[in-house]
Amino acid sequence: MADATRTVTIDVLRYRPEQEDAPVWQSFEVPYRDDMSVLQALQYIKDELDGSLTFRWSCRMAICGSCGMMINGKPMLSCQTFVRDLLPGPVKVEALAHLPIERDLVVEVDGFVKKVEGVKPYLMPKVPRTLAEGEYRQTPAQLAQFEQFSSCINCMLCYAACPQFGLNPEFTGPAAIALLHRYNADSRDGGKAERMAVLNAEEGVWSCTAVGYCSEVCPKGVDPANAVNQNKIESAKDYFLRLLPGKGGSR
Amino acid sequence: MTARGKPYRRPMTRWWQRDPFFVRYMVREVTALAVLVYAVVLCVGLVRLAQGEAAWNGWLAALRSPASLLLHAVLLVAMVVHAKSWFEIMPKTMPLVRADGSHVSPAVIRRGGWAAAVAASLALLVLAAWWRA
Repeated sequence: MADATRTVTIDVLRYRPEQEDAPVWQSFEVPYRDDMSVLQALQYIKDELDGSLTFRWSCRMAICGSCGMMINGKPMLSCQTFVRDLLPGPVKVEALAHLPIERDLVVEVDGFVKKVEGVKPYLMPKVPRTLAEGEYRQTPAQLAQFEQFSSCINCMLCYAACPQFGLNPEFTGPAAIALLHRYNADSRDGGKAERMAVLNAEEGVWSCTAVGYCSEVCPKGVDPANAVNQNKIESAKDYFLRLLPGKGGSR
Repeated sequence: MTARGKPYRRPMTRWWQRDPFFVRYMVREVTALAVLVYAVVLCVGLVRLAQGEAAWNGWLAALRSPASLLLHAVLLVAMVVHAKSWFEIMPKTMPLVRADGSHVSPAVIRRGGWAAAVAASLALLVLAAWWRA
């Protein structure tokens, strides 16, 4: 059972637009157990100390991607970050960096959702088949070319890790480009020419300066920095191949 | 979409000091300047060579000055740091390499980079020693 004598200080960056013009830090004393995640600590605050504290969460098992936040300055999923690993505290909790704060730990996701839609994240079959013709076959080696890039849970930790996105919110960014690559690298897909415009744009792959922190913080091993940077080669090839007669066609 | 008050955008001032990872990134970017400086030194040498024997010997003498030796020591250290930081990011800049049914690990790609750098440096030293002999 809970040992009520053990407490940890949780500092939360609060932002209540109706109440303050800029975010302010607020401290809470939270009793903790060894198996308590930072998300559970926040739930304790909301249930017992201050019901107005606002944050997103859903699955509590690192699969929904809702509970990303800055914990001691690093982008993390609060459900898989444990208080016991951050002792003696205080634990500083802040909304994901580089994204506009809507309220407390909740960030605005509209821009990200638009970017994800913009990369046409669906299979456009290279050779359309009827149902009667059966499934699209793929070898294990072909699957391995895109499998890791399909593991993204849209938690946006990589955007909070990317200073280029922080400096230029128009940058398509790690997760959206990784998702784009997931389809471009799929042997069944034929939509690459349509997606190249997104990669070739100023705010596409060329806004990346290979900091690499996005891959470092990814909780799913997607390695978005790899997706972005290997597409610099694709984008350059696309540019030069267009100089050849009968090639290219994308912007 | 309903209107939602006033989202707060945090400033990016001194962003590169916020995480040791960003500091290492900036070190990689700054040490690239050492490569530029050394390229300028070599280009000046080429211009002096084109200007005749006296100019060329003057450039060689300038290279042997204490200030030049110090500069070269600093440039060497900066270039080694730059090479190290580049080999660290190199696996992310390449398409997935597959061998024996699995991905080649980033560590192997990094070691490959170091092996190529060491081999090229040794080859250059051997060539220089052979030239002098």
